[in-house]
Amino acid sequence: MERIKTIATRDLTKSVKTGGCGECQTSCQSACKTSCGVANQQCENSNK
Amino acid sequence: MVHQYQLNGYNIVLDTCSGSVHVVDEVAYDVIAMYPEHTADEIVAAMLAKYGSRPDVTEEDLRQCIDDVTSLKENGKLWSPDVYKDMAFDFKNRNTVVKALCLHVAHSCNLSCSYCFASQGRYHGDRALMSFEVGKRAMDFLIENSGTRRNLEVDFFGGEPLMNFDMVKKLVAYCREQEKIHNKNFRFTMTTNGVLIDDDVIDFCNKECHNVVLSLDGRKEVNDRFRVDCAGNGSYDRIVPKFQEFVKKRGDKNYYMRGTYTHFNTDFTNDIFHMADLGFTELSMEPVVCDPSDPSALTEADLPILKEQYEILAKEMIKRDREGRGFTFYHYMIDLTGGPCIYKRISGCGSGTEYMAVTPWGDLYPCHQFVGDPKYLLGDIWKGVTNTAVRDEFKHCNAYARKECQDCWAKLYCSGGCAANSYHATGSITGVYEYGCELFKKRMECAIMIKVAENQELAAKGIEVPIELGSTCNACADGEACE
Repeated sequence: MERIKTIATRDLTKSVKTGGCGECQTSCQSACKTSCGVANQQCENSNK
Repeated sequence: MVHQYQLNGYNIVLDTCSGSVHVVDEVAYDVIAMYPEHTADEIVAAMLAKYGSRPDVTEEDLRQCIDDVTSLKENGKLWSPDVYKDMAFDFKNRNTVVKALCLHVAHSCNLSCSYCFASQGRYHGDRALMSFEVGKRAMDFLIENSGTRRNLEVDFFGGEPLMNFDMVKKLVAYCREQEKIHNKNFRFTMTTNGVLIDDDVIDFCNKECHNVVLSLDGRKEVNDRFRVDCAGNGSYDRIVPKFQEFVKKRGDKNYYMRGTYTHFNTDFTNDIFHMADLGFTELSMEPVVCDPSDPSALTEADLPILKEQYEILAKEMIKRDREGRGFTFYHYMIDLTGGPCIYKRISGCGSGTEYMAVTPWGDLYPCHQFVGDPKYLLGDIWKGVTNTAVRDEFKHCNAYARKECQDCWAKLYCSGGCAANSYHATGSITGVYEYGCELFKKRMECAIMIKVAENQELAAKGIEVPIELGSTCNACADGEACE
């Protein structure tokens, strides 16, 4: 694809099958405390 | 759903439901914009009219580009359907475990910051320190309600938690015993204003705390506007040398310098750069949370200034990174390949279900921002959650709980946003805090742009990181295409 480059990302639709272990941090814990974002959370599923 | 934006010279196309990120040239950018509503012939005609004078833009090339877009669509990388909203995610009835507690070990503070959402640490109530008995019971409550979840997070929070440091040390020792018995792994975070940091605190936190959050608002005049002691003396000169020593001894363990910006420093990037210039590399800066009538509250007129500031920050971070003096900004941390799964992205922060705040006397609230509001008292650490109506309200609070979020490209990056922000802005935890949404979306655009820039720079050096459809990367031993 000459004009389009696709960056490597986690395919969210596939994570329906592999995700949901719940070992990740709750979102507000690290440094915000006054807003919410999950995008910066790390997946901690060792079997993904 | 597709979101297109141009930033720092990059044309970026996001596909919301697959999480795909594409970096395209201006021709493909326009082709993608026209694609949903126009035929291939119409697109070709429009593109030739706009770009026909360029030798690289021919009809054949344009039809190839349209075919590429079609291929991406067919493979679920563009306009991928929103399959999540119809899935059988029964959030209201799902079983949840408690995996994190915000432990309010001190409702008291040795600073008196007027903008403090916790009302100078007292949360609109009396001063109090948590006893060891309450702390111990809170840890037992966490273990008992954590199911098979191994990693348990505990934040020592306040007020100023170091005002109850001896209890914290005793409690951590107790948790280290209990984690062996119950096969758990406690991860502690200490959030401190720095006033009481000494060698003992540094040694303890660097041994026991997975993370420390150190409060500093940036430049001396900015920090000392609000972060003052009871006599009104600024804290900057007292805390900065301690923070520098703390971080120096911390090695590669996690920490964040965390500031708050207000209406009085809408040029907050200068405060972030100041912290970086002090030698700190892990930085966070949050918009103030306060009543709109407060003089420090952010205004509508501030919004375009703040958005521009986030762009300035992103560009400067790229520049400093190239110069070998890069730093991390919490809200720009995004791991495109190893980030959260769809369950996490839908279910959000976990407040009121997986995450709760514990007051010094053992009451439970959905999170620290609800502490002191009697409507949101969930129960206590002895009887557990007895206010199941409020718990269920929080269980239902997710990326699909708000009709306003249905057509938002960012919903799977924010999960519907902060329930406390929504409540304070609209009176409902499922309301929409639009101001926060505007800032959040700008931050996500910047965060993804930085990743695109990193990716393109590696590619320019011959390190082929962008993967095209159907190709494979080298991350997996079995050569499977990335998940």
